[in-house]
Amino acid sequence: MNNGKTFKLDGKTITFEDGDTIMDAVLRAGEYIPHLCHNPEFTPHGSCRVCIVGVNGRQVSACTAPAAENIEVDNTSEQIMNQRRALLQMLFVEGNHVCPGCEKSGACQLQAVAYYSNMLSPHFTHFFPRRSVDASHPDTAIDFNRCILCELCVRASRDFDHKNVFAIDGRGINSRLVVNSPSGKLGDSAFTATDKAAHVCPVGAILPKHRGYEQPIGDRLYDRQPISVVGDVAAHEQDEDESHGR
Amino acid sequence: MSIDEFISTVMSSADQRPDHLLQYLYEIQYQYSYIPQQAIRLLAARLSLTEAHIHGVIGFYSFLHTTPRGTYDILISDSITDHMLESRSLFELLCRKLGVTPGVPRNDGRVTVDTTSCTGMCDQGPAMLVNGWAVTRLNESRIASIAELIESQTAVEQWPREFFHVDDNIQRRDILLSDDSNNGDALKAFLKAGADAILEHIEKSGLRGRGGAGFRTGMKWRYCKQTEADQHYVVCNADEGEPGTFKDRILLNSYADRVFEGMTLCAGVIGASRGYLYLRGEYRYLRAPLEKALQKRRKAGLLGKDILGKDGFDFDIEIHMGAGAYICGEESSLIESLEGKRGIPRIRPPFPVTHGYLNKPTVVNNVETFIAAALIAIHGNEWFRSVGTEESSGTKLLSISGDCERPGIYEYPFGVSIQHILHDCGAHDCQAVQVAGAAGATVPPEEFGRLIAFEDVATGGSLMVFDQKRDLMDMVQNFAHFFVHESCGFCTPCRVGGALLKDLVDKVHAGDAGQYDLEEMKNIGMLMRSTSHCGLGTTAPNPVLDSLHKFPHIYETRLKHSNYEPAFDLDAALQEARDITGRDDAGAHIRTRS
Repeated sequence: MNNGKTFKLDGKTITFEDGDTIMDAVLRAGEYIPHLCHNPEFTPHGSCRVCIVGVNGRQVSACTAPAAENIEVDNTSEQIMNQRRALLQMLFVEGNHVCPGCEKSGACQLQAVAYYSNMLSPHFTHFFPRRSVDASHPDTAIDFNRCILCELCVRASRDFDHKNVFAIDGRGINSRLVVNSPSGKLGDSAFTATDKAAHVCPVGAILPKHRGYEQPIGDRLYDRQPISVVGDVAAHEQDEDESHGR
Repeated sequence: MSIDEFISTVMSSADQRPDHLLQYLYEIQYQYSYIPQQAIRLLAARLSLTEAHIHGVIGFYSFLHTTPRGTYDILISDSITDHMLESRSLFELLCRKLGVTPGVPRNDGRVTVDTTSCTGMCDQGPAMLVNGWAVTRLNESRIASIAELIESQTAVEQWPREFFHVDDNIQRRDILLSDDSNNGDALKAFLKAGADAILEHIEKSGLRGRGGAGFRTGMKWRYCKQTEADQHYVVCNADEGEPGTFKDRILLNSYADRVFEGMTLCAGVIGASRGYLYLRGEYRYLRAPLEKALQKRRKAGLLGKDILGKDGFDFDIEIHMGAGAYICGEESSLIESLEGKRGIPRIRPPFPVTHGYLNKPTVVNNVETFIAAALIAIHGNEWFRSVGTEESSGTKLLSISGDCERPGIYEYPFGVSIQHILHDCGAHDCQAVQVAGAAGATVPPEEFGRLIAFEDVATGGSLMVFDQKRDLMDMVQNFAHFFVHESCGFCTPCRVGGALLKDLVDKVHAGDAGQYDLEEMKNIGMLMRSTSHCGLGTTAPNPVLDSLHKFPHIYETRLKHSNYEPAFDLDAALQEARDITGRDDAGAHIRTRS
């Protein structure tokens, strides 16, 4: 399997295969590079930029940059950590992320990556955008306030469910997630709670209905162990669903 | 004609292809002044696309709308050079005369007045578009006439022809603009010498991309040629959107045959049978003449099947329209747009030379590059190398605008100094020169000895002159707003960082900022520069970072003396409460900013 090619991640030797991105090889080796829009089940996207690493003095997104022999990947220098934190802060101020009032708190990847990256405040000026909540679907709600435009639901619905329920409309700072249905509401779309797209949201934007705070805050996924150990929330969604008899 | 019938006409001209979606939307927009919901439904059904996808495409392009615009849809160019020619007061004048709120159709649906990014008429501005047609040299009397024409419901086709007159304004010619070879000469040279010999000439000539990035053209062609595929494509990037650039306008207007000749030459070299010219929507008026030029070439045997009688040398060119998106000048965005999608830059590698249009090997070159390539095929690489510098051979077309006596097109051998250019165009008392547009470099007088060349000051051709009377902060602010408007929104640093940066620039401009804000601007700018997904995001902070570094006084003179100023104005935040209570006495105010 391994053809003996390696690179260094903060001094550690990582083996990789042809066609691997830096992220692929690092995750396979059991190491961690913070990420939000990346999910190994889908084609790399490279939009959140949280997985930036330094390679030969340049910053690249680890989820899209091809692994190459003998490169030295900087994942934890002060510069990289500072930049990553600033990107997270930007995501926080762009939307309306009220962690204490969010059902996803403690199992939210944005929150967990922020903790991991020592983000202590949003730092930048809040945009406080006016965004809506779509509760039209019987089983699933969308709170657009929390969407970080990672497009995982777009990709899951397109490439996995083959339903194309989601798309991105607008441009620039006005980009927004939209639902494909005559009314634009999720309830009128082909979406079902068993769709892959219902289980990939890294934040609390796409949430199951009729379940609230079943698991107490303080006892949730990232409350128990840091994200660098337990990984993506999407990878745990299935276990959680099974434990709820779904 | 019903919407259904109209869409059928639009579609019959080409295959019903999802990758032509943007072209269909473009036609529908200009027929109806918007894309009706019914059209979206029909297109979705016929092209097997979702309605949300089509909405996403419409929402990406500035010239497409889902609600009606006025019968007369007016967009006044918002480039800094238009501002310098008083475009904003003319904008306000037109709004006043017509009784419209900017961006909102008048109650009777007659007219909309709005702004748009640079329309490429900076040498004869202020400029505007009416239903996509360019109008130049606006002044108070022209604005008054336009208001009357609209009130009297005169069709745009009946407006005075001189309103639409666009001058080439060529001020200096060198080897490219003064060449007098005949149509077909480059193709004859190609047929005589063969693909390998021509490619070698292009490589040896040292020709580099004229869009500004300067990638070696010969290398690009060779990579593309070497990639095996059932189809290769040639794409001409005529999405000239960099503020202050208008050289492609002249080339497409007066040298179109050379452009097509260069594209056909490239097709012969790499083995392509299909080409596209991606024309920015602002140059709508050039489309018909370009179509005519293509038709003439087909008749002359210079395009189509068996070109110049050579068996199997088949190549044809189609014109695709852009619809108001600066990012589509980036080659992978341009390809996405050609495929009828939102113009989001692709992840690279792979590069377009191996995976381009429809995932096939594709050469994307600038308009000027294709012309240079055609001339190299005729005259050889030594001829080309005889001008310019070692690293930057040949000449460069510069679009000069702003504070100078003779704005227009100047062709110079690479290696010319900025000082020399300023002398030629009649610029006096210069404060700064903005080279390469909003994404470029702000050059102060002490650096006017620097040279236009890839190894010194690289440029796609935009050169804007600012004299001592100008407030450079106006320029910085204009560019910061431009980039927020034009960011595709894909990656965090450009989407959010750009908006934060703009707010800080506005804060400085308004005289409300402290020293802390300048540090913050540097940090955000550096983050955008190093972590953005594409060249737009990495270069968007240039004007801020450059001016902070080289023109610190334009900031310092505006700063409040405190170190930190809040982002919001407490008194302004109370306005809503004052409106509700009807109070405006001293007790309803908090004194914060003076």
